[in-house]
Amino acid sequence: MLASQNNSNDEMLTNDGIPLKKKLAKSLFKSRLRAFGLVTPLLLLISLGFVFPILVFLTRGVYNDTFEKYMINLTPMLAEWDGKTEPTEEMFEALVLDLVALKKSKNIGKVASRMNRELSGSRSLFTSSARKAKKLEFPFKESLIQVKKKWGNLDTWRAMKVTSHSLTPVFLASALDMKYTADGTIVQKPEERRIHVRLFVRTLEISLIVVIAGLILGYPVAFLLASLPIRISNLLLILVLLPFWTSLLVRTTAWIAMLQGQGVLNDMFVVFGIATDEDRFTLIYNKAGTLISMTHILLPFMILPIYSVMKTISPSYVRAAKSMGATSWTAFWRIYFPQTIPGIGAGAILVFILAISFYITPALIGGQDGTMISNFIDYHMRKSLNWSLAAAMGGVLLVIVLFLYWIYDRVVGIDNMKLG
Amino acid sequence: MGSNSFVRFQNVQKSYDGEVLVVKDLNLDIPKGEFLTMLGPSGSGKTTCLMMLAGFETATHGIISLNGNPINNIPPHKRGIGMVFQNYALFPHMTVSENLSFPLEVRGLTKTTREDKVQWALDMVQMSEFGNRRPAQLSGGQQQRIALARSLVFEPDLVLMDEPLGALDKQLREHMQYEIKHLHERLGVTVVYVTHDQSEALTMSDRVAVFNDGIIQQLATPPDLYERPKNAFVAQFIGENNKIFAEVIEIKNSIVSARTSRGNIIKGKKVNCGEIGSKTTLSIRPERINVGVKSENTSEAEILELIYIGDHIRCRMLVEGDQDFIVKVPNSSKVMNLKIGQKTKVSWLINDCRALDTLGE
Repeated sequence: MLASQNNSNDEMLTNDGIPLKKKLAKSLFKSRLRAFGLVTPLLLLISLGFVFPILVFLTRGVYNDTFEKYMINLTPMLAEWDGKTEPTEEMFEALVLDLVALKKSKNIGKVASRMNRELSGSRSLFTSSARKAKKLEFPFKESLIQVKKKWGNLDTWRAMKVTSHSLTPVFLASALDMKYTADGTIVQKPEERRIHVRLFVRTLEISLIVVIAGLILGYPVAFLLASLPIRISNLLLILVLLPFWTSLLVRTTAWIAMLQGQGVLNDMFVVFGIATDEDRFTLIYNKAGTLISMTHILLPFMILPIYSVMKTISPSYVRAAKSMGATSWTAFWRIYFPQTIPGIGAGAILVFILAISFYITPALIGGQDGTMISNFIDYHMRKSLNWSLAAAMGGVLLVIVLFLYWIYDRVVGIDNMKLG
Repeated sequence: MGSNSFVRFQNVQKSYDGEVLVVKDLNLDIPKGEFLTMLGPSGSGKTTCLMMLAGFETATHGIISLNGNPINNIPPHKRGIGMVFQNYALFPHMTVSENLSFPLEVRGLTKTTREDKVQWALDMVQMSEFGNRRPAQLSGGQQQRIALARSLVFEPDLVLMDEPLGALDKQLREHMQYEIKHLHERLGVTVVYVTHDQSEALTMSDRVAVFNDGIIQQLATPPDLYERPKNAFVAQFIGENNKIFAEVIEIKNSIVSARTSRGNIIKGKKVNCGEIGSKTTLSIRPERINVGVKSENTSEAEILELIYIGDHIRCRMLVEGDQDFIVKVPNSSKVMNLKIGQKTKVSWLINDCRALDTLGE
């Protein structure tokens, strides 16, 4: 029997001589196809509407071809130029040619604002020079410098050289408060212009505090829910879920009413004599306000995974520990708590990832020191229109999250996570 | 009495809702070293008694004492009672060794002592190679052994077992019954064992307390329980049992004469029946009945069904109007003469027939 199922290659065969693996794959193919068919609509939606646009947008963080695309004549010359010697007459000629072409095609604004981000003040340099470029004559070097003295400045040319690279670390460096120079080195920006790193650190700090506060507040609630009789615990669970039925915006504005100077909380403090009427607590438009409201808004995401894990822990574990001589605290700390870690891990990582990208609440409540990185990304998306920098900052944020996720996997283990 | 009793329940009552008594006036003395089983159907109060002894439930009334000291107000972790749970309750996040080491750790024993004792306990259940495994990597039977070892590792004088073999298959269960029994004999600990499986109770115990409706129906050694059930519930719950309903017409020298609905007079020992004129259940074990011969009690019978078991033939008969009258006929050459539909006689001795109460029927 066994021998007939083994051919020379030690491959299992079915009774009619077809390799078993092939037959198995064939028999499973239909059900796999059906299963795949069921997820296809969602898969298409996610990949076309979510993953693909994100990937495309993220490339903007390291790729911007505005300069290369429009400065056709100058770009190859800048590539050969070493960035130290005086620019040659040919380079000036190519520049003038490009400026004339840009003026004609009305694309000068794009290049000017792209250049302006590299070297502030170069917008007017480009636009005004382009206006006069048509009338310029040989030698272009002298005539161009006559129009604008800045053309004789090496820094202007170095900035152009940096900008002429389409695939560039410029935006990534800028997202991390650094500057990519023409000679290929990356240096830190001056102290007063460093804002991004501080924002990243603050974002991480706020997220971490929200996770810890959520854990301290949520763990006992989850424990209560898990240990109460099912009828009462279901009622309380509805209270936990209640915020989900209200819009995030509404909850945030509710917190404004609660926290503001003349708000409910401060009024109460005054009534109870904790604060005087003239000297009320500043609970809003700062970090404290952001922390309070974010903790509240994200609390259900902490409670639910912990609760669902706790519900599966049989009370006989704690009883067993006590029967062996452990006090209530030892039984909790050594036996019960370790079994809830998968729930804590899931809740913590869920809350952390939601918190790190929180936008509406810090935008409304954050004020000066309570805004987060997402508010800055939004600023570059909608106000300054520096999409490349926004993409670079988003990319950095993504890398940070993935890195923390990796650390989490190393320390706790992703498969040790239970969402329910 | 006090010197003989290690565990003692005195007038213990328990109610969960203040309306129904789950345990009604329990009095029980367990001497040191005894293997006592609490046997009963679910809801009979046996597990509640065990939980009160362990300290996870408080007695509503009465005193529970251990070694002469009342323990009603002592928290479970200070009672020093080992316990094996129904689902084993092995800590999933610890290895087998860590599980066993836990009760020693909370007692503050040194590392070397702990290691020695863990090794001793593992050897005891023949699991010494499994110390580094996690409970999830063990089979049901192996987990059972570890749970057993864990309840014994801190050498308690009293071990409670709450249906510990319930999750095992039949063969393994029987094997573990012997193993637990032998461990008990070797270590001399007092064991209080809860089960609803009567054969388990009979196999393992020194004494069995049969629970029903919150009351101990009978407390006796296994042979006594089987041979001399005190009432109809015990007779029915322990082993197989034929019941003939009859009316008492005469009681003389502890021998009851009773008339069946067919007018037949059957004699049996008076155990728990009422006065003359009351109803009684006559109880006869299936293996104490002879087919085709006459003796002290004889009835007409018709064979309805024959089931071949192997060592005996299970014969369902119509006797005194009862269609479920079971007779176990030993497998011998004589058996071949039995045929379905055959009319014959069945007989039994007065001593094997016990006149009991009617269980409210």
